[in-house]
Amino acid sequence: MPGNFITTRFDAMLSWGRKFSLFHYPYVTACCGMEYMSTACAHYDIDRFGAGMTRFSPRQSDMLLVVGTITQKLAPVLKTVYDQMTEPKWVIAFGACTVSGGIYDNYAVVQGIDEIIPVDIYIPGCPPRPETVLDGLLKLQEKIKAQGQDWRWKKKTS
Amino acid sequence: MEEKDVLTALDGAFPGDILESGTSLGDPVVRIRPSALAAVAAFLKTEPWTFTMLLDATCVDYPDRPERFEMVYHFFSLARNRRIRIKASLPATAPEIGSLSALWKNADWLEREIFDMFGVRFAGHPDLRRLLMYDGFEGHPLRKDYPLRMRQPLFKKREAS
Repeated sequence: MPGNFITTRFDAMLSWGRKFSLFHYPYVTACCGMEYMSTACAHYDIDRFGAGMTRFSPRQSDMLLVVGTITQKLAPVLKTVYDQMTEPKWVIAFGACTVSGGIYDNYAVVQGIDEIIPVDIYIPGCPPRPETVLDGLLKLQEKIKAQGQDWRWKKKTS
Repeated sequence: MEEKDVLTALDGAFPGDILESGTSLGDPVVRIRPSALAAVAAFLKTEPWTFTMLLDATCVDYPDRPERFEMVYHFFSLARNRRIRIKASLPATAPEIGSLSALWKNADWLEREIFDMFGVRFAGHPDLRRLLMYDGFEGHPLRKDYPLRMRQPLFKKREAS
């Protein structure tokens, strides 16, 4: 056969596309935001990994980056933002506060955002260095690649 | 006008209301009767003392004292570059003191925060609601008897998937 062609499974193609086009919604509340900015800007350049499109509307984004301390008072807002995101969606807990409450073991702070929303990747550190964040992003991409992809037009078998 | 002058003047103007006075690190510190707070603050705000700025108002909880709550006010004179600290002790049950929000606008939020954290009430405050914690939060978290591990989440913890 003349010309070039490749063969693949549709699932694999879809996951390849999804893992390299992560539109992210930065939910930045605290000092981790500086590291987020550093990661997102030219020096570390999150765009090299296909996650450069920052969306400030949860409805247009695939990846929720929760960056910084989440207080009990803020928890309903985070939950609403998560619920507004359309499938498929992934959540990264960025920094010690979002992972476990961090140093704030007190009356005001949620002890890990997984008390509120499901989390895919936990990035520890106070704050995590940009390399750690990129490593977490690569881990998320591996996870997306390994996941079964949900096709909206796929025939329901049951 | 040095630090001693303001202490002498307060003693003269409010006999019986000044319980204790001294200096700490060069700044005058005065303990007053809570009922005299508004009058003392108004006195300090005007000429010649001109403590026109309310730097901070806060509260300390001393659970072992009979007069459990201690209000602390810091005033600053922009014209003279001088500071003064006013303290007033409040009882453990139903602590209440007059509001300074008519004299200083920023006292409004400072007092709301103190109410939120310590449960001290301010007579004459225009809108005494919680400032930092949410509606439905019970108790006052900076009181020493607030349980260290007590959490009041706004909704139920998610089940781990």
